[in-house]
This record gives sequence, structure tokens and C-alpha cells, in this order.
Amino acid sequence: MSNEPLELADVRAHITAKKSPEYWRSLDELAGSPAFEDLLKREFPSGASEWRDPASRRAFLKVMGAALALGGLSGCQFALKQPQEKIVPYVRQPELVIPGKSLYFATSMLRDGFATGLLVESHEGRPTKIEGNPDHGASFGSTDLFAQGSILTLYDPDRSQSALSGGKPAAWDVFVAAAGAAVAEQRAKQGAGLRILTGPSTSPTLAVQIGAILTALPQARWVQYAPISRENAAAGARQAFGSDAHVVYQFSKATAVVALDSDFMSEAGSGVRYSREIAVRRKVRKGTTSMLRLYVAEPSPSNTGNMADHRLPARASQIETLARAIAAGLGVAGATAGALSETEQKWVTAAVADLKAAGSTAVVVVGNGQPAAVHAIGHAINRQLGANGTTVLTTAPLVDPQGGIAALAALTNDMNSGAVDMLLISEVNPAYDAPRDVPFADALGKVKLSVHHGLYNDETAAKATWHIPAQHYLEMWSDARAFDGTASIVQPLVAPLYDATRSLHDIIGVLGGTAATSAFDTVRAYWQANGVTDAKAWEKVLNDGLIGGTTSKSTPLPITGTIAAPSAAPADGFEVIFRPDPTIYDGSYANNAWLQETPKPYSKVVWDNPVYISPKAATQLGVTDGDMISIAVNGGTLKAAVWTLPGQAEQSLTVHLGYGRSFEGRVAKNQGFNGYSIRSAAAPWFAGGAQVTKTGEHYDLASTQGHFSMEGRDLEIIRRGTIEEFTKNEEFIHEQGHHAEGGKELSLLPGWEYKGYAWGMSIDMNACNGCNACLTACQSENNIATVTKAEVLRGREMLWLRIDQYYTGDINAPQTYNMVMLCQQCENAPCEIVCPVAATVHDSEGLNNMVYNRCVGTKYCSNNCPYKVRRFNFLQYADDNNGAPTLKMQKNPDVTVRPRGVMEKCTFCVQRINEARINADREKRTIADGEIITACQQVCPTQAIAFGNINDPQSAVSQLKGQPHTYISLGSLNTRPRVSYLAKMKTLNAELGSAETEMVH
Amino acid sequence: MSAQPVKRPPVVETTDAFLGPNQTYESVTATIGNIVLTPIRKTPWGWPLGFVIAAGFLMLYLYALTTLFVVGVGIWGINIPVAWGFDIINFVWWIGIGHAGTLISAVLLLFRQDWRTSINRAAEAMTIFAVACAGIYPLVHTGRPWLDYWLLPYPGTLGMWPQFRSPLEWDVFAISTYATVSILFWFVGLVPDIAVLRDRAQHSIVRKFYGLLSLGWRGSAKHWQRYEMASLILAGLSTPLVLSVHSIISFDFAVSQVPGWHVTVFPPYFVAGAVYCGFAMVIVLLTPIRRWFGLQNLITMKHFDLMAKVMLASGLIVGYGYLSEIFYAWYSGNIYEQYLITIRTMGPYAWSYWALIVLNIIIPQLLWIPKVRTNLPLLYFISICINIGMWFERWVIVVLSLHRDFMPSSWGFYSPTVWDWSLYIGSFGLFFFLFFLFIRLLPMISIFEVRDLVHKTQNDH
Repeated sequence: MSNEPLELADVRAHITAKKSPEYWRSLDELAGSPAFEDLLKREFPSGASEWRDPASRRAFLKVMGAALALGGLSGCQFALKQPQEKIVPYVRQPELVIPGKSLYFATSMLRDGFATGLLVESHEGRPTKIEGNPDHGASFGSTDLFAQGSILTLYDPDRSQSALSGGKPAAWDVFVAAAGAAVAEQRAKQGAGLRILTGPSTSPTLAVQIGAILTALPQARWVQYAPISRENAAAGARQAFGSDAHVVYQFSKATAVVALDSDFMSEAGSGVRYSREIAVRRKVRKGTTSMLRLYVAEPSPSNTGNMADHRLPARASQIETLARAIAAGLGVAGATAGALSETEQKWVTAAVADLKAAGSTAVVVVGNGQPAAVHAIGHAINRQLGANGTTVLTTAPLVDPQGGIAALAALTNDMNSGAVDMLLISEVNPAYDAPRDVPFADALGKVKLSVHHGLYNDETAAKATWHIPAQHYLEMWSDARAFDGTASIVQPLVAPLYDATRSLHDIIGVLGGTAATSAFDTVRAYWQANGVTDAKAWEKVLNDGLIGGTTSKSTPLPITGTIAAPSAAPADGFEVIFRPDPTIYDGSYANNAWLQETPKPYSKVVWDNPVYISPKAATQLGVTDGDMISIAVNGGTLKAAVWTLPGQAEQSLTVHLGYGRSFEGRVAKNQGFNGYSIRSAAAPWFAGGAQVTKTGEHYDLASTQGHFSMEGRDLEIIRRGTIEEFTKNEEFIHEQGHHAEGGKELSLLPGWEYKGYAWGMSIDMNACNGCNACLTACQSENNIATVTKAEVLRGREMLWLRIDQYYTGDINAPQTYNMVMLCQQCENAPCEIVCPVAATVHDSEGLNNMVYNRCVGTKYCSNNCPYKVRRFNFLQYADDNNGAPTLKMQKNPDVTVRPRGVMEKCTFCVQRINEARINADREKRTIADGEIITACQQVCPTQAIAFGNINDPQSAVSQLKGQPHTYISLGSLNTRPRVSYLAKMKTLNAELGSAETEMVH
Repeated sequence: MSAQPVKRPPVVETTDAFLGPNQTYESVTATIGNIVLTPIRKTPWGWPLGFVIAAGFLMLYLYALTTLFVVGVGIWGINIPVAWGFDIINFVWWIGIGHAGTLISAVLLLFRQDWRTSINRAAEAMTIFAVACAGIYPLVHTGRPWLDYWLLPYPGTLGMWPQFRSPLEWDVFAISTYATVSILFWFVGLVPDIAVLRDRAQHSIVRKFYGLLSLGWRGSAKHWQRYEMASLILAGLSTPLVLSVHSIISFDFAVSQVPGWHVTVFPPYFVAGAVYCGFAMVIVLLTPIRRWFGLQNLITMKHFDLMAKVMLASGLIVGYGYLSEIFYAWYSGNIYEQYLITIRTMGPYAWSYWALIVLNIIIPQLLWIPKVRTNLPLLYFISICINIGMWFERWVIVVLSLHRDFMPSSWGFYSPTVWDWSLYIGSFGLFFFLFFLFIRLLPMISIFEVRDLVHKTQNDH
């Protein structure tokens, strides 16, 4: 046969020319020809491109006719291909794999180097949902929103899929040769020109692997860098203790906590655990008389600040003064109080009194953005309180305490001076996120061989000479430690989706000359030598998701440092503070549509990072939400839109990092404003003396909430009080109004009797800190589409579960309240009676079901829903991101994907209820309490959500619904929701007044 | 008979009678019938011009509908919380317009009001076309319009019936009944006139066309007796429909619990509003037509005077409705209703509420003055105001109630998109396309009834 491109018509001609028995021999001959193989490889017959050209459409139809005639053959061309080699279908099912049944595997996810233990759900080999590992100390079964979102990153169609050399696809072997040669060159100069740049790492295996290279090439360097660096905390510990130490807090033992510009509940690695501990100490139940009292002083409202009993808006630069005042108040040697305003003085006095009273159960936490000196003061205070050993533990450092922004700056200097010949950059993106005065991107050009290893072909990849696509953590073998030192294995759930991807272990293997050893073997070998010897122990480690006995030992360290003299008084005028974005973090999750469309806490803005500005400053500058300002600071200028945030410190502007991307990510590109462009290495967290001017331009900001006042409807929405009131009279919440009881009949007719199960939910307003994990968990579990910023601007976000934000009181220092709002599953559901086709109906267990197939889309149900929890597919949102096929693999097969024109909403994860029901039926038993865990309940770090059978008086949810401070929202409408709330309680210091929680009656 | 020129009496503006002076049977027949039987080339230039413009807007309508089907209702400005917008506003508005026709033809027939004869035919046609414009909206406003038939109670393999507690389900029956009865009533009334046209037609195709439509009408006494019976029965059927259709449409709102919708005054207030708007539309339509086709002798200023009085009366009922809404909000002590009144009068959309008050309540008070009621330009202006005002009423009800209901966190805004406007403007294309066809193909004034009136008038003298 000729080597001309083969068309299906030719195939047919070839076959029909032969007589019957020769058909198949002929097909064999044909199958061997290169032209036929080419035909098989091409996705479409070559005529496909002619479809858009009307002139040749006739020709195309001819080809299609041929394709039809050869239906059996042409079927091989599309989608899933069988291998060329002979394969045998399984006669016996592989162990564990039952179609339709999901499997869970333990693994670990890393954030800034720290591991969170996970259990990942897999459907027939596809990971679909992330859950926390209940046995893991950084999870306790919960996760943050980043872990929930990370599953989408696995399937991100924009992930880098092939190695690039100078921007052109290149093979791995070529890289191995190039890197090998470069390393060989380095041997001569003891590795003086070799640098390895990674994120903070706690991986014991990686440490050994790189350690081996550093031993062989003693002049080489390993630099750990993250834009959200913890170097200040490390330096502070060094100042205080005289040696490097890692600090772990135990809020489970605390009774009074003061957070100084610290959002410890959102911190990477430890936030989930800390949130749980704080929430446990703040839960109010029948008989509770006290709770942990939380003081927070911070420039910009955080999730931690949201929980505070007494929150003080304070400039970031003023935190040091507050810390000194507290230290002085407690009598810490060498501490003197500076000048404080009246409000600050009152707050400090109250905090000091409570800290003193709590003694060793008190703790002061300083945020990563504060200078080392403040951390040192914090340690001194905790020491003074006697908290070391109870609420504060000190352990050996886990990540490189010298790593951080300063280390990157030093590396950049080396690169600029020409000292670096070969640079490996793994899973960090300094070309984008280095401070403006660290010209990393330019310096990269001076490195002969620069290798970027990462999930995306991002800003750094574009400047590097090589790019190696990284494996997602669900595709690779590795290991890591949690913030408390517990080691765990990163176990892959799925073989790498793309052949070209490699893990860092593979690349370090190339550098270390062990390229032939797989990552699995490397990790296995390390643990073989470190206690996990036999196969059984290894299996247990993989099964449990952690390696027992590896938690860091705590040794109380004495304070050796003295408190330094106060640094220069902060400059007046605007200060700019830099924070990781609450939903896309430092930018690592910028291409994740779920996280982009997660409303930011407080502002509820999606897809953007407006600069937060205080109401006073906004008035002063004459700007309102969406107006553009120009911020000149640190020698750079940033033009960005503003968002007025009640509770923001008066002269502080918050810039969230991670936006303003330029790489080719369909989701990330051109969203928001690049805060890194005005960040400096000297002042990476806050910088004073900013020049702020109004530009006169306007920018559309999409927020999912447009109104933040309860408009006097407090009793119907958020009931609240203090633990002091509760102690006096536990019924006080009920007595606030007559609509408190959810279950009472207000009807002439007898209600439906629920004989079997009756599902209900209770949400503890006291536990929720607004972290958003439940939103993303719900999105992941229920196949909820993202809709883009343009659609959110039109008011069409799809999230079934939302966290409403309300403010009361003084706009400059308001009380903030949030409320988890989801379908309330009303007994008297207003949506049900108005649907003309019975697409939303009540079931015998009290669920308000949504029959997607039946819905014609009149939208009347949504209009009549007082909670506005229904979401409508105005367009074909299910094909988000142009229906990229990889994204479809993430979808939960137990939940219908809703097409355009259909209403959707929360149904208490009915698929999970049904799964439990099937299991119980097969075992001829009833569903036990706690057997069904909704996605939002499961992920909640503070365990604010309880779900179960309210017909069972012993169930956890019934117990909570029986609490004296339970209430329902919009009770006056007699919708009789199955969701009830536990009133928000605070514990107030009498000195600071009790008016703060006063309600509008 | 033939269409040969009959001496038509000169056009005179009459303010004290329902017929101009010197009307004869012949002149009536000629005045009305000649409009239809004029050869195509002699059609007054206004007709083809208007027809082509209407057809152009009809194309816009079809384009907007096609885009809607291909892309989805997301092309509109609707959202959560405002999930109904122009679709429902315009649906209610159009169906309200239809009411005047039914009221004129049925209710006034039963009350033996002679003045209805000159205007009932056109008003009924207006009803049918307005119902067509209206009826399309609920069909296409659903997310999956190809499944609309699920709203019909038909025995099918799904084994599912519609959910009869939903007001939208009641709409299905209300509107389909209304459309059916209106068409029947209109057509039955046309039969004797079509027979006249058949008899006067000169071209064989025209004769066949009208011959087919006239159902063999020969004008025998028996025919007339049966005609009178049928017409009375249909009038009897139509009369409750005048009240029921818009009452049921008001239930779409009143049965829900949305503040601003859940109001017991809605049924009568909606019916009055519909009559109000419908009469205004009759005036808007008849004023130019009467002039273009020289019908001043048949549609006199006395007609306009009476229609203006009906508008004034129904307008006052509507005004009473507005007042009662405010009263209820205050008297009920319901914080949500009270907030709604605040937001209507002072909120971000307050301009539309005040526009409604000015256009619907204040300006029409001019109709108390008799001279205004016979001043055509002024009457025309007031009618347009009422049409716009009644549109704003539906806007206020639909959008203002939804945009801020119970949960402040979910409050939102609504603004129509280019597709909302295209469909609305395009629906005028459909309406006028049909109306232009009607005035060219069918007698726009009932010939035999006016001749009956001539008979009565002459006998009185």
C-alpha cells in the first residue's frame, strides 16, 4: 500500500474488493500498515475539518457515509482506546472493585509543606471527593476548602501535560541526559553552581534524597521558599528561645486566647485542628456556664476575628504596641507599654485581666505577618502565664527555619551574580510571586539550565529553560509531616493522568543519579529503614494514613532572649497589608474554578481580590465598592478596585495575594489585581506610608451578597446572647419571641406522621467561623457547576449552601455574624405547592426532594422560597469550562448532573442517605445514628453541623434540637424547617460592656 | 349587491349619538365592507406600510424566540432572587389588554348596551391577538419549554399528573379556556358579516375564501334565531371569564407568600386593572384606524366618551387597590409587608412606583372633565399613559416584591437585557401583524349590528 493518508473510504474499498473469507486476512494486512495506524491515531477522519467549509460539506458527508458503513471499525477511533497488545477481560472481578461502590484510600495533602490526612473517595478508579482522615491529628475527619478544591485541580484541563524545553515539547529522556550532564559539570566545583528551590518541605524521604546530593556536592544549596512565609515566626522563636523551634498550640486546654493579627484558624496545616479545638471550647449546651474567651486584634477581619468575643480593629503596625502593652500589663520583664488610644487601652486591660485569671490555660498567638520581635514578645507572655507545656508546645522545627522570602532574595542575588549554573524550581512560582524588589524572573535568564517543575505551565515555567509537568498529589508517592510532626504517606489514588508528569522524587533522583528508582521505591526504602519494616506494617500505614509514633516530642524551652526596644513608631497615613487570598491562597489555586467562585469571607466577592478599605477611609477618599484606586507603596503602584469592609482598621488597606495572573490558565487569567507587584522583601506583610489616590475608574465586582444588614429581622435570622444571660436563664432565647419552636403545629389539620426516619439538621452558630469548607465540599459532592464572574454579576451563582454575612452595631467596629444557609427542608414547604408539575415533592422521611428529570423550569419555587436557597440552571452551566472531558471525570456518579433549565437545591445529600439505607436494608437493621454524614457536616472543621434522624430522641441531632437555645429562621412564616440553629453566644468581659450583642427586637 | 360606490354620507364628528347623521344600511355596508373588498392595489398606503413594519418586528420576535430556545432563559436578565422578569410582566400586561374586548363584547351585550356595536369587533380581535401575545410568554419562559406539555393532564406512560395546587396549573386552564371562548365568540359574530362580504365579493377567489368562512350562512330567520342563541350563550360563557381569568392570574402572585404578592385584594384589583388597560388600548388602536379608514360616522365621539368613563371608573378601583395594599401592610403589623412598602416608595426602584402612581392615578383624573373625554389627542395621550402605567404596575409587583423579600442576604437587582426588550418589542410585531391582517381581511366593525343600530335609531326618530 502507498503511504498516502488513508481514508475510511479506502479501507472500505480495500475490504470490499476481497471475497468473504479474505475479509479478515485483508483487515489484518491493513491493520499492519503505517497508514492504517495513522488513521487509528487521528481523532477524526481527516474530513472532519471540512465540516465548517460549506463547499466541501458534500465531500465530508461522503466520508461520513463510509464511516457508517464501517461502523465497527470507526468505533475504534474515538475516545477510549484498547491497547494494541492482546488483552483479556477479567473473569473474576479484581478485589474491592464493585461497580457503583466507592472506595476510600488514605493519603495526605500538603499545604506549605504541612500534611493533612485525607480519605479520598474513588469511583471505579476515579477520585471524586476528598474527606478528612478522622485518625489524623491535622484533620480529625475535616478539611479546609483547599483540600476540597484540590480534587478539581487534578482534573484541571489546563494542567501542564508535556515536558518543555525552551517552550517546545521535549522527551523525559532528553531532560535526563541534559540534567545528568549539568550535574556532572557541577561535580568538578562541588556543586557550587547548583541550587534547588522548593516550597517548605517536611518530607523525610525528600530530605534524605536532597541530603545525599548536598553531601556529594557540598557547595550546592537547597532553598525553601513560600510567598506565605513563616520566617518571622521562626525568627521570633529563635529570638525568644535562642534556638530554632516550632510552636504547636493546644487550644483544647485554653480558657482565654488573645490573637494578635493571627488568623490561626485558617493557617495552612494547622487551621483545621485549631478551629476544632476552639469550637469545642466554645460550644454551649444545657448546663454550660463558661466558654473560652477569644480576644482578637487585627487590621482586617479574618475567620478567627469572626469568632472573637472582643475584636479590636488595629493597624498591623500597631499590633506590636498592643503586644508590649499586654506584656507590660502581665509584668513581663523588660516590657513597657507605649501610647494607646482609649479603646485600645480598654481592650488591653480586659485582655490582661482575663489572661491573668486564666494563667496557664491562657495563650497569646501572634500571626505570621507580624515581625519576629512581636513573636518573641508573644513567647515571653506565654512563658509569663505559665502556658508553656499546657497550651503552648515547642518542638523541633519541621521546615527549614531559614527558608522564606529572605532566602529567595539571597538566591536571586546569587543568580544575578552568575554563581548559579543550574537551578531546579519545584512547585513554587517565584517569577510571579516574588516581592517586587526580588527580580527573580530576570535573574532566571542568567541561569544556564533552569528547570521548572510544576502543575502548570506558569509564569516561572515560561522563563525557565526546562519545564517538567508535576504530578498531582493524588497521582504520586511521597511522604510528609503534619504540623505536629506526625508523618504520613502521600498515596496515589490514580495513575498519573498524563504520561509526561513526574514527581519531585523522580527529578531529584535524576540529579542524584538514582533516576532508575521509582518514587514509590524511594519512599518505601526510606520507611523500610525507619521503622516500617514488614509489608504488613506498610499496609497498615497506608490504610491508616499516618505512621504511628511520629508525632514530635515537645520540650519546654526557656526564654533566653530579652524584649528588644520598640521599633520606630509606625508612619501615619495608609498602611497596606498583604494577606493570602482566602480562597485561592497565594495563587496556587488560581486556576481552580470552585475556589475562584467561593465567596470570600465577609465581602462575598468572587473571582476577584478587591482591596479592603475601612468605611471611614472610603468616605475620606470618596470611593465606593468597585471604584478603582491607585496604591503607591514600596516603590510600586497597583491599581485595584476597593471594597468597603466594616471592621477594617481605619488606615489599613488589605491586598490579597494570588490574583492578576498572566499565564495561560483559562480560569486564572486576567482575574483581579496582582498584589505581589507592590510587595517588598523588606516589608512583605505590611508597609506604611502608602499613597492612595482615586483613579475615577470603576470595576465590576461580583459579590454573592448585596445586603449585609438584618433590617431589624434579627429574631427571625440570627438570635444571639451571652453565656452570662444563658447561665441566668437558659430559656432566654426562646423567650425572645414566640416563634422559636420549630416542631409546633400551627394548623387546623393534623400533620403528616413520620413513622420511620425523619431527617433533620442542627447548625451551631457558635461553632461556625465562616471558613467556607462546607461550600466547596457541597460543590464537590453534588456536582455543582461554576458559572463565571459574568453570571455571578447577574445574580446566578449556583452554590446550594451559602454562608450569609451580617453586621450589627458600629460600622467601624461591628459585630459580625454568619449563618450557614441551605435548603431548610420545610415541613410546610412553600416551594412544593407552587410547582405545576410536582417536580419538588415531600417524601415520607420529610425530605423536600427535587426531581430534576421532572422540572420544566418555571422558577416559581424559587420565588416562593423565603430562604432563597434554590438555584437555577439559567444556561448550560454543567458544561463549565467548555465541558472539558477531564472535568467530567470528577463528577460524583451518585448525583445527577443538572442540565440547563432545571432548578436545583440541597437535599441533605440524599444520595448518602440512600446509600446508608441500602446498606442497612441488606443487613436487615435500621440506619444507626451517625451513619449518614452530609458532605457539609463531614468537612466542617468546627463540627457546627449535625444531621440525623429526629424521630430518634437519642440521636445527636435530636439532642441538639432539644437544647434550650435552639431556634429556627423565619419562624413566623410557619414553614416548619427541618434545619434549626443554636443561637450565637458570646462570653463578654464585663469591663468592655454587654451592649455588643444587643438585638433589635 | 355590488361593491359599486354607494353615496357615503360626509364624515362628521358626532358627540351625542352612536352613529353619524344620515346613515343608511347601504352606507354602513359600504363603509365597512369596502375596506375589506378594495382591490389590493387600491389599499390606502398606510396599510402596507404598517404591515411591513409590523412584519419586521415580528421577525425580531422570531429571532428572539429562536435564540431563547437555542441558548436558554439565561439570555434574559432574570436571576435569583428575581426569577421572573419581563416574561411574567409582559404576560400579565398582554392578557390584561385582552380584557376590554371580552368586556365590551360579552358583558355589554348582556346589558344590552348599544354603544358596543361599533367597537366590539375590533376589541374582540384585540383580545385574541393580545391573548396570543400573552400566551406565548408562559410557554417560553420555562427553562425547558419542550416539556411544557407536562402541565397538561394527559394520560401518559409517565403516570404523572400535574400538580393541581399550583396556580400555574390553574393558568393553563384559565388561559386556554379564555382563548377558546374568545375565538369562538369572535368567529360566530363574524359569520353573518362574512356572508355579506361573500355576496359582495367580485373576485372568484375572494368569494370562495369568504364562502368557506361563512359556513353557508343565508340569513334565514332560523339562522338568525340560532345565531342570537349562540351569541347569548357564548356571551354568558365569556362574562365569568372576564372575572376569572385575571383573578386566576392574580393567584400566581396572591397564593404565594412573597411580601407584595400575598395580598387578598389582588383578584378584583387585577380585573379592574385589566379592564383599565384594555380600554386604554382600544382607544389607542381605534383612534388612528377610525381616521385612516373614515369611520368617524360609525365610531363617534360618544363612544370615546363612554370608554373614557369606563377607564375612569376602573382606574379608581385600581387606585383603591394601591391604597389598600398600603393599609394592609400597616394594619397587619407584618414587618416584611411594611418593609416592602418602604422599599417601593423609597427604595432603589422607587422611580417605577412613582411613575406608576403618576401615570395610572394622577394623570387619568383629567377624565373627570367632559371636554377631556372628547378631546381625542388628550384622550390618546392619557390612554398611552395608562398602558405604560399598567406595565409599571406589573413591574412593581413582579420585580420590586422579589428583589427584596425575607432574607436580606439574598436581596438582589434585576435589569432586563437586550433579549428581554427584543421579545417584548417583538411581541408588538406579532400583535400588529395580526391586527393589520385582520383589518384588511375581515370587517373590523360588525356590519349587521350597526345596521341593526341604524334601524333602531331611525325608528326612534
